[in-house]
Amino acid sequence: MTLSRLTIHELHDLLVSKEISATELVQEHLDRIQALDGNVKSYITVTGDLARKQAKAVDAKLAAGETIGMLAGIPMAVKDNMCTEGIPTTCASRMLEGFKPQYSATVVEKLKAEDFVMLGKVNMDEFAMGSTTENSAFFATQNPWNADCVPGGSSGGSAASVAADLAVYSLGSDTGGSIRQPASFCGIVGLKPTYGAVSRFGLIAFASSLDQIGPLAKDVTDTALILNAITGYDKKDSTSADYNYPDYTAALTGDVKGMRIGLPKEYLGEGIDPDVEAQVRAAAAKLEELGAHVEECSLPYTRYAMPAYYLIAPAEASSNLGRYDGVRYGLRAPAEDVAGMFCDTRKKGFGPEVKRRIMLGTYALSSGYYDAYYLKALKVRNLIKQDYDRAFEQYDCLITPTAPTTALRKGNNQDPLALYKSDICTIPTNLAGIPGLSLPYGTDRNGMPIGVQLSGKAFAEPALLRAAYALEQNTNLTRLKPNQGKGL
Amino acid sequence: MKYETVIGLEVHVELATESKIFCSCSAHSFGADPNSHVCPACCGMPGMLPVVNRRVVDFGMKAGMMLNCDINRVTTFDKKSYYYPDLPGAYQTTQWFAPVAVNGRVDIETSAGKKSVRIKQIHMEEDAGKLVHDISEGTTHVDFNRTSVPLIEIVSQPDLSSAEEVEAYLVRLRTLLRYAKVAECEMAHGTMRCDVNLSVRPEGSDVLGVRTEMKNMNSIEAIKRAIEYETARHINAIENGTEVLVQETRRWDDAKGKSYAMRSKETAGDYRYFPDPNVMPVVIDDVWYETIKNSVPEFPEVKREKYIALGLTEYDAERISESIMLCECFEEASEACGNPKEVVNWITSDVMRILNAKQMTYEMLNLDNKAFGKLISLTLDGKISRANSKKILSAMFDDRAIEPEAYAEANNMLIGEQNDDLILGIVKKVVESDPKSVNDFKNGKEKALMALFGKCMKELKGNCDPQQLKVILLECING
Amino acid sequence: MISKDVVEKVAKLSRLHLEEEEIAQYADQLNQILDTMAGLQQIDTDGVAPLAHVLPIENVFREDEVGECFTQETVLANAPEQSNGMFQVPKIV
Repeated sequence: MTLSRLTIHELHDLLVSKEISATELVQEHLDRIQALDGNVKSYITVTGDLARKQAKAVDAKLAAGETIGMLAGIPMAVKDNMCTEGIPTTCASRMLEGFKPQYSATVVEKLKAEDFVMLGKVNMDEFAMGSTTENSAFFATQNPWNADCVPGGSSGGSAASVAADLAVYSLGSDTGGSIRQPASFCGIVGLKPTYGAVSRFGLIAFASSLDQIGPLAKDVTDTALILNAITGYDKKDSTSADYNYPDYTAALTGDVKGMRIGLPKEYLGEGIDPDVEAQVRAAAAKLEELGAHVEECSLPYTRYAMPAYYLIAPAEASSNLGRYDGVRYGLRAPAEDVAGMFCDTRKKGFGPEVKRRIMLGTYALSSGYYDAYYLKALKVRNLIKQDYDRAFEQYDCLITPTAPTTALRKGNNQDPLALYKSDICTIPTNLAGIPGLSLPYGTDRNGMPIGVQLSGKAFAEPALLRAAYALEQNTNLTRLKPNQGKGL
Repeated sequence: MKYETVIGLEVHVELATESKIFCSCSAHSFGADPNSHVCPACCGMPGMLPVVNRRVVDFGMKAGMMLNCDINRVTTFDKKSYYYPDLPGAYQTTQWFAPVAVNGRVDIETSAGKKSVRIKQIHMEEDAGKLVHDISEGTTHVDFNRTSVPLIEIVSQPDLSSAEEVEAYLVRLRTLLRYAKVAECEMAHGTMRCDVNLSVRPEGSDVLGVRTEMKNMNSIEAIKRAIEYETARHINAIENGTEVLVQETRRWDDAKGKSYAMRSKETAGDYRYFPDPNVMPVVIDDVWYETIKNSVPEFPEVKREKYIALGLTEYDAERISESIMLCECFEEASEACGNPKEVVNWITSDVMRILNAKQMTYEMLNLDNKAFGKLISLTLDGKISRANSKKILSAMFDDRAIEPEAYAEANNMLIGEQNDDLILGIVKKVVESDPKSVNDFKNGKEKALMALFGKCMKELKGNCDPQQLKVILLECING
Repeated sequence: MISKDVVEKVAKLSRLHLEEEEIAQYADQLNQILDTMAGLQQIDTDGVAPLAHVLPIENVFREDEVGECFTQETVLANAPEQSNGMFQVPKIV
């Protein structure tokens, strides 16, 4: 049996029935990382000793007859922008090379309390800015489906590690699609929860009003299980929602009868790859066949989401990344005086895309431009949210593509604007703070996976999981596996 | 030509909270080791998030009410971006779009008469760290203890026109904020800091002159000197063309008695304010507003008038109302003992003497005021001698928990009725041992009685009501 | 249109040292990006409130209580340079 191909719930059963040990399980993953990650390049840091130690502790619990949680002993990966105490946390940036935080992110603490096993920290676009993971300062990650393609981004390492069975699941972060788009490109499930549902404490900020941590997993059940563990109120994060978070597995009924599903026309047609559109329509048709009511609808402000996002996110980033000045941690360039140290440190420490966004954001906030750019974008953000508010009076969820295309080719992504456009389907949900789930649904003409996105109103994760689970249970299009010969 | 000076002040005041504004580090690091009052949040570590200290908002509102401001019922925090090594995140969290308090007024009185100084706004914000420069090594050292200590900035309109008015305004601010118990306001400790915006124009003109901002004055006296200097510099420039005035920030060097232009690098001002996404809006409902409103003390003038009505002299009323701590001491002690005049005597003599001896300011007064009133009662009732009551008061300064009657009893200082026999015995002994004084007194020498009285008191170790002793002594001599 | 001057000003505000060729390149790219944002100006947003916080959460506070802080050693653990318990940086001017 190849353990690494299995899901959380399958592995949990094997652990509990003592057919396998956590030590065995983690070792298989570490061996696989050793053998394959030289090609995939999903990990920045592998924490083998820690993982083995954590696994051993789970085995001890099992041996003592203790009951274990669903995530106990399951090897996973953490995007390298979540702080892990004493373990390098780099944001894939030269700026933070060697930085070891003295604290852990709340999500990491929550998973620790679930007896998780952390295999390591995975690659990303520098400071989560990008859609290809090619902006990592260290190396590009490849798409396990096709070595010539990117895994998407910015959580490319999170997606590739799961798709290549180098982790059973992973955590990513999503500011404008950074969980869902790579999940779509790599043929796995990715969920951006409602803003405020998962604590951002210890997540190294890109754009604080948009960032949200979420799971990347092999199936819908796993996604619900991870969500159970990571959602919750955190008094250390003022934007954390004090909400009665449900058991998300309760949504996994397979029953979508009477669900009202909208198919927004702005997400179809021009700019969307025909294969992608075909799969979205097929998924909608499948849901209808299963008893849901599907109809076309409209979110008229959708096309303004991209420009609003590329003002708001860089503006916040320009402020959040001001802290990397060489004074207290991370890179410092030698200089005669402090002003020189600031400018040279930031020149050396940041890659081109990060600099571009800092420049763009600084410009949008600077005196004389604030009203025309930043303030305008915040108002448009409200209009976009109102679009959704109206839509969710009629629909339980919306179905759209996750990305306009399947995985992009490597090394051909120098035009920033073209890349920004690859986020058009995911950005609006971040602006509105609502949840979005990307579910694999078949492949394109080249055999590359296609993702469909389900989105719902704030805290409607159960509705998304319910629809996704129904598709998963009633088709063979969602649990896709890369041809091991091609990508790996 | 005659000129007038136009001055507006930006006063930063450290709020007297226990912890910092956005994290739970102690806000009091005076004299502590560098970087010993610091956590990942207040030194700008990646991934850290702010959580607002509720009391900062309480104090911000209260300060606003003291300065007759309107309170913004929805008040928000914004980011102000600039780079400096003492600012950990390269931004300061402050209030730009909706400060806690606006449109206030502070009334002052000077030799030029009464005046209202308009307050533009009060906003809450975090302090920066401290830099220590090592000139010989050419390095700078950064201590983040002070980072994120809560401040309010009080911005006045340009309504002040002289050093004297500025002094009156600052003293008034200090009194009011101390009355509200929201701040220490000690310039020497850096808990009150003042930037002066100044321009000069021909008297009667309604066009403002070139404005300069002066920083780095560490006392009110220094501020006055800086204003005099800067006013003269401006007039000289206008009249004699000694230099071209430019809008700039200047650093006051009190030792040299001069102001110097700061490099533009340090002052470049495009701060890119925008709402801080990590701090939620503060919405002040009626209940909260009223709670704070009800905690606002009477103003010093109101108290003074009240005290005069109670029979205090104007001088005493003025002295007591100078400090809220003295007011509270006076009011609570008076309530406990029912004799305001006696209380004020004790305060202006004993309390002030002990404060002075201990080198404490009025604001450091930490007596249990009710117990103090009780001590006065006990003394007036003859249960404790005046001499012993002073000792007890002194002890009460060191230990708030002291209950005067129990303390007197435990220390054999309580004068009880059962002591009559004891007193009589001692009096008899003294009278018998000093027939000369007895005779002198009988022959009309009043002083001789005092000598006998003193001897008795000494024997009694002061544990005696003087009136009672006098009665017994007279009875014994005449008896 | 963003001129090279504006790019230089923005770089200075951002404390980013840019080479001559980068300035030209950024001017070009920023102009392209901002062109696509021109559409925003066409939208009527009169009476629309800016949405700075997406969830309607307000009044999130902690009580004024002193908690644990780090030891000086921990605070300085990642310092590129330190001296006498403080972070050390080059001179200010």
